[in-house]
Amino acid sequence: MILSRLLIPGLGLACLLSLGLACLIGSTPMAPDRVLAALLGQSSAADQVIVWQIRLPRALAAFAVGLALGASGAALQGLLRNPLAEPGVLGVSASAALAATFTLYFGIAGSAAYILPLAAIAGALAATGLIALAALRTRSVVTLILIGVGLSSFAAALMSLMMNLAPNPFSLSDMVTWMLGSVANRSLEDIGRVLPFLGLGLGLLWISRRGLTALTLGEEAASGVGVDLLRQRLAVVLGAGLATGAAVALAGTIGFIGIVAPHLVRPWTAHDPARSLVPSGLLGGVLLVLADLGVRLLPTQAELHLGVVAALIGAPAFAWIAARRSTGHD
Amino acid sequence: MTELRIEDLVVRRGGADRVRGVSLSVRSGELVVLLGPNGAGKTLTLQAGLGIEMPNSGRVWLDAENVLRLSARRRARSIAYLPQSRPLAWPSRVEDLVALGRFAYGAAPGRLSEVDAEAVEGALVACQIETLRHRRADTLSGGELARVHCARAFAAGAPLMVADEPVAALDPRQQFRVMDLFRTFVSEGGGALVVLHDIALAARYADRLIWMQAGQILADGTPEETLTDSRLAEIYGVRARIDGRSVELLGFA
Repeated sequence: MILSRLLIPGLGLACLLSLGLACLIGSTPMAPDRVLAALLGQSSAADQVIVWQIRLPRALAAFAVGLALGASGAALQGLLRNPLAEPGVLGVSASAALAATFTLYFGIAGSAAYILPLAAIAGALAATGLIALAALRTRSVVTLILIGVGLSSFAAALMSLMMNLAPNPFSLSDMVTWMLGSVANRSLEDIGRVLPFLGLGLGLLWISRRGLTALTLGEEAASGVGVDLLRQRLAVVLGAGLATGAAVALAGTIGFIGIVAPHLVRPWTAHDPARSLVPSGLLGGVLLVLADLGVRLLPTQAELHLGVVAALIGAPAFAWIAARRSTGHD
Repeated sequence: MTELRIEDLVVRRGGADRVRGVSLSVRSGELVVLLGPNGAGKTLTLQAGLGIEMPNSGRVWLDAENVLRLSARRRARSIAYLPQSRPLAWPSRVEDLVALGRFAYGAAPGRLSEVDAEAVEGALVACQIETLRHRRADTLSGGELARVHCARAFAAGAPLMVADEPVAALDPRQQFRVMDLFRTFVSEGGGALVVLHDIALAARYADRLIWMQAGQILADGTPEETLTDSRLAEIYGVRARIDGRSVELLGFA
């Protein structure tokens, strides 16, 4: 009980610490007091560029993406009543990335800065909408996840096709970045552009959280205790779509955070989807900031992409959660 | 005094009329049991009567209000509903599940007003599960879980209760315990509409029996009036010996 109460403050502290750490560490060695001075705008111009234009935006982008994916995962799991539901598994991330690559392939992304984010969000909303429509027709969550896997594979196939036919190496490299997922070289402006969508999405998830708890009882009983099922589905689908779309617009596809973070949080929140929402988001943010720090520190020839590292850790975790679950029910 | 009145309800599913012009009512102070063989349309009648499934035609009144136009929340404050399938998605704590009965009042587990907390406490005590309050639902026995679901429904403090097979898969003692909960609820001024499959249990507890077959109501009255061996033969196809409210099933008719 005490631990549960300390969960959100503890995670909040972890967020600040991980963000601070991400500002401290990098290829140019800087002492903590220099970083602090640069953050407060009281140091050399070079230091300020390093902190304000390289390290902080990158760390914030990783945090925002983790926040969006962690919270979306927790909400989708509550709605679909299954711990394996997640934007990546349900094909939402892949559809968003597909829409983003589409604008890169046809060269329309360069004409205005907001085109790619909007495309990514539209792609994510289309996929969540499709999943929600399928959810109306079938009660089996396994079916929904299989539909998501199909959606995911199809989006990946279309992306491969576009890469195959890429007009020049530059657009190919751009597309690879979206597929692999990375927060390198993001600016505060990039974050600012997706922030409204992220905020709106998370806001929708926040206001629909109580219904997610009631859905623990099943849809029929949830409706019986007073949940407006249609409105509930719509709010979560829109919220998760907007938040995931914003995350993909910022970083490309980064999978499994939406499964791992809620799974780690749930035992501390009495398995309540509503009380898991905020901690899942915060933990997702911390995990991605730390993972990105690892990516930056690993002395590899070409820099590792964050999405690759997340999948390397997340995919086995997904399999483990699925295997443990099959011994129980469903 | 609250009354739920279903009039000429018709529900069509998969091209067939599953509920064909059902009219029934339940009011404060009576325990009404809905009986009928599998597939008679009992569950669909309850679902459509609450507007959880939309009926193809018919009207449903809660006193003077049209139930089919009520918001889910407004309806939940007047009618508690215990569905037949009660899947639990997460291994939640007992008191959190019971607290969900207060959803329509804006409550959430871990965030209860004084009134909500009192209602939850009352339901825990009434259903004799107060010692289980911190247990996880996946560690409970079937009988305990059935009482948790009942407590969730009672916690709403609604004047009416609609329950679909609340004693399914329970042993005889647990069946009596659950039915006693409904009896107490009714004696304290509530009204309950309950679907049962156990005719003897229904005859023992009901103020009124409603007999359904093939989407229609065949009889509606006190056990003394409507419980006859010929009715059991007609509806269930079984032979029975009946003595007042006691029933002995003898085999196929």
